[in-house]
Amino acid sequence: MLTLLVLTPLLGAVAVALVPARRRELHLPLGMALSVAPLGVAGALFFSFEKGRGSFQMVEKMVWWEPWGISWHLGVDGISLGLVVLTTLLFPLSLAVSDSISGRRKAFVVAMLFLETGLLGTFLSLDLLLFFVFFEVILVPMYLIIGIWGGKRRVYAAVKFFIYTAFGSALLLAAVIALAVMHSSQAADGTLSFDYLALLDLDISSTAQTWLFGAFALAFAIKVPLFPFHTWLPDAHVEAPTAGSVLLAGVLLKLGTYGLLRFNLTLFPEAAVSLVPVLAFLAVVGIIYGAVVAIAQSDLKKLVAYSSVSHLGFVVLGIFALTSAGLQGAVIQNVNHGLTTGALFLLVGMLYDRRHTKRISDFGGLAGRVPLMAGFFLFMAFASIGLPGLNGFVGEFLVLVGSFPSLPAFAVVAAFGVVLAAVYMLWAYQRVFTGPLTSANRNLVDLSAKETAVLAPLAVLVLLLGLYPGILLDRTAPSVEAILDRIEQTTDYQAPSPGRLADVFASQPEDGG
Amino acid sequence: MIELPAEALWLVIAFPLLGAVLLHFVGGRLGEPRAGFLAAAASVASFAVAAVAAVPFLAGEGHPSGSLLWEWMPAVGASFEIIWDPLSALMTLVVTGVGSLIHVYSVGYMHGDPRFARFFTYLNLFTASMLILVLAGNYAMLFVGWELVGLCSYLLISFWFDRPSAASAGMKAFVVNRVGDFGFLIALMLIFGAFGTLSYAGVFGRAAEELGGWTPTVIGLMLATGAIGKSAQIPLYVWLPDAMEGPTPVSALIHAATMVTAGVYVIARSAPIFEAAPVASGVVATVGALTALWAATIAVGQSDIKRVLAYSTISQLGYMFLAVGATAYVAGIFHLMTHAFFKALLFLAAGSVIHAMGGRQDMGEMGGLRRAMPVTFVTMTVGVVAIAGFPPLAGFWSKDEILSVVFDRGGWFTVLWLMGLITALLTAFYMFRQLVLVFLGKSRWPEGVTPHESPRSMTLPLVILAVLSVLAGLVNTPFRLGLEHFLEPSFEGVKLGHPPDSVVLVVVLAVLSVAAGLVGAAMAFFAYHRPPEAWRRFQAGFGRIWGWWENAYRVDDAYGAILVSPGRRLAERTASTVDLKVVDGAVNGVAWLVRAAGRRIRPAQSGLIRQYGLWLGLGMVALLIWIVVRGGV
Repeated sequence: MLTLLVLTPLLGAVAVALVPARRRELHLPLGMALSVAPLGVAGALFFSFEKGRGSFQMVEKMVWWEPWGISWHLGVDGISLGLVVLTTLLFPLSLAVSDSISGRRKAFVVAMLFLETGLLGTFLSLDLLLFFVFFEVILVPMYLIIGIWGGKRRVYAAVKFFIYTAFGSALLLAAVIALAVMHSSQAADGTLSFDYLALLDLDISSTAQTWLFGAFALAFAIKVPLFPFHTWLPDAHVEAPTAGSVLLAGVLLKLGTYGLLRFNLTLFPEAAVSLVPVLAFLAVVGIIYGAVVAIAQSDLKKLVAYSSVSHLGFVVLGIFALTSAGLQGAVIQNVNHGLTTGALFLLVGMLYDRRHTKRISDFGGLAGRVPLMAGFFLFMAFASIGLPGLNGFVGEFLVLVGSFPSLPAFAVVAAFGVVLAAVYMLWAYQRVFTGPLTSANRNLVDLSAKETAVLAPLAVLVLLLGLYPGILLDRTAPSVEAILDRIEQTTDYQAPSPGRLADVFASQPEDGG
Repeated sequence: MIELPAEALWLVIAFPLLGAVLLHFVGGRLGEPRAGFLAAAASVASFAVAAVAAVPFLAGEGHPSGSLLWEWMPAVGASFEIIWDPLSALMTLVVTGVGSLIHVYSVGYMHGDPRFARFFTYLNLFTASMLILVLAGNYAMLFVGWELVGLCSYLLISFWFDRPSAASAGMKAFVVNRVGDFGFLIALMLIFGAFGTLSYAGVFGRAAEELGGWTPTVIGLMLATGAIGKSAQIPLYVWLPDAMEGPTPVSALIHAATMVTAGVYVIARSAPIFEAAPVASGVVATVGALTALWAATIAVGQSDIKRVLAYSTISQLGYMFLAVGATAYVAGIFHLMTHAFFKALLFLAAGSVIHAMGGRQDMGEMGGLRRAMPVTFVTMTVGVVAIAGFPPLAGFWSKDEILSVVFDRGGWFTVLWLMGLITALLTAFYMFRQLVLVFLGKSRWPEGVTPHESPRSMTLPLVILAVLSVLAGLVNTPFRLGLEHFLEPSFEGVKLGHPPDSVVLVVVLAVLSVAAGLVGAAMAFFAYHRPPEAWRRFQAGFGRIWGWWENAYRVDDAYGAILVSPGRRLAERTASTVDLKVVDGAVNGVAWLVRAAGRRIRPAQSGLIRQYGLWLGLGMVALLIWIVVRGGV
């Protein structure tokens, strides 16, 4: 089933490629129709996923190249499940709003579907080399999407994106190879192996763990992006076409947080435990810094981009909280951010399609003219602000409450991010949608039926995950526990159990204020 | 007698929620006035269910119960669960009772507004949110209601969003409240950290005394921070006066009777925590007394009919804080209830006046409305007498109970009592000032304004609220502590503050506070029942002080200069300098270095295989040496 899932978009890409270039009216609808297929498969996957099991499910393994121990090894667990569904959902929606892509449509659709295969492969790979291949393959279509169909400074943005992330990947590759080599020196038969499950059993010295953790973490931190490695992101977002931005924020950034959670915590638990302060620090700085910089943006798209830096900081904080609640929060916040920020980028794109500007000051008073659009924007803004009842809150709350027992000071500072989020989001809404309608916007048209249909499923999911996150949490909790158990077994770390804080201030009353 | 199981109480929330959903999708088609009727019906239905369910408590034989709706975030012990005890029952009845009246009133008040149906969508959504808040059985669900009422407040303050002032007021309200929420969130983190759960049963069950040291105090202070934001206390009250940009029924419902009292409710609900945190309680009481006095002086200097009431609300909420801070939880909730009646009445009466004056709110342009609007005049007079604390109206009993309990605490609380007493004088002064300026004397109406009494849908709620403002105080008099008995199950095991035992002292205190009210009222008549020139002279007599009152001590300007502008500058500097030049500059700098280095090293790329081989060999030797020196991998 998983192989089918990974390959369906690729087959779609081939099918679109076979349609003659002059039948340009066919490419987008066909691509869209084909991208619904993986969504269907992912839906089936979601509901056949066995709750209450922390290990990998639906594992498929085929030896690829024996001597180097590489195999086509796929599997899904609670950590990747949500991201897989999110990915397959965002593709048809992004393709649906890509009418404004005028040149080389066929190439665009092919690149998109190719990208989808890459993303699904990354989330599902249980072989590190396979993971790395998918991780790298993604760069190419994304580079093209920004570089060909992007805005004015698209080449600068695309090259920056490519080089920055490729730099991280080089370190990642070196570390992956080092792991395989270690396997050969430790395994009884002396074979190389890139198999994630086999590598979990390696005995790695603390020093080596630190170095390898660093290499993995840097590659992923650039992807997240974690402060201070974030500056490629605003450039990439501003130049990327709407579909590119939606997928960049919605899915690509999650590769970083996914990688940290999947590999850094489990392969190098000792290093993870000892480096918690460093990553938590960068995460919290990112939360506050991203929000502060977002306040000052005059470009709506850039504002949303910086808000991602802030929101992804919450995910990283949740990961390194190393508590059950924190990790669950990180997993669900990964998905939440994809839904809300994806929707916000869709909305910014819809505004851009109408007015060909993203400058906040070019708008004003739109709510009276396009109430539906304003309603969706406000809804998603509040989801992003973390209004309880909508999805964003569930993730942030779990992260904050979950990280407080282990990282109290970090959690308190991070909590201030929720104040800043209200400032930048509502101020943006106020400047764009309220006040008197300015003359340049007098002829705006409200959302079309198709645009509404694109946004509606996201809104439904935002509400569903906000009120009944159990639909996802029930499936993630066992996998999260498995990771936590592994850390507790391989290191002397003990996750703090809530209720033990009773005397937190008792011994040091001077901290009482 | 019908008895409703707690399992059916979700209906109380479901009715207005369903109303909001229906109105959202078909409200426009329903049109005026049907959309309003639908919303009102939803609110009334909710009241009816709550009333039936509250019967056992009234009979004195009910037991607190709860029902789990569904799990929310099990990892932190958060679920959607309802608690039904006398406290939540009373709050529910106030919210749905006053709420229903305001729904009916709004049908008349919002007549002709192009977004009529949308208004009622928000109103119903607010009612549902407020009910989530008071019916929540744990702190996480409480926070859901807490934030959702904030959302509705935002939506309704900026209801007329094409006015820039309304749009900024809405945002200001939300953001200032978020500052309080920051404290509230920390309280929740601490509670979970200390107790391993967020449910009331789990937290209060393990008596707070079990907690060591400063934990309960810090939890209490952080909860209070949230409450200070929501209930508009010093220093976070600045959003409430601006919130008057919203339609007047909104001011009555959200910014007087219900939402702003949520802070008081939270503190009363958390009584077992505050029981173990006397310092936190003392801070709450002090903040309350300071706010009561501070806001009352500002109310004296206002000329906008709604702003007087806004500052008055802040001041009255201060009384409630003073009460719950003095552990007089019943007195605080008692004043919350009576205030809900008379302040909703005052706001709705003010709305009736504004309606009649064609949207004008400056009291300088009113006067002599007594004849044109007899019903509004009489009912507003009842409200003024009630808030001024004259017996036997509602405000007298509740305010007097607060002041006597505070006095009984002695020590620092005696100072707070004195502040409360002065506030009582000022309250009577500014309220009678308003009554005189609006209804008595000669008319000062601008040309073209012909005031008329409001339609029945607006006056009927006024009359009902006036009756309640007269009678509600009788539920808890020193002669018969009905409310205290009613609320007892909610405060089991909590030591409640009480009035002094000495009957003489109680009477003396009551006489003092009535006397303060009489003095204030007399001063208002003396100063304002005269031609405008005379009262302008009276105001001028205060010199610069009057200007400070009139301009609300320029606190908004100060916040702007100290917080908002520097904050914005900081954000801009960070974006333009730190982010673009330092962080991104470093990235581009590295890229530039690599390119420069590439130019230097380019000669090495000679294309000669032998040369490459040499470098490769040298590299491997170096690597080997390194490995040997390090003693193997």
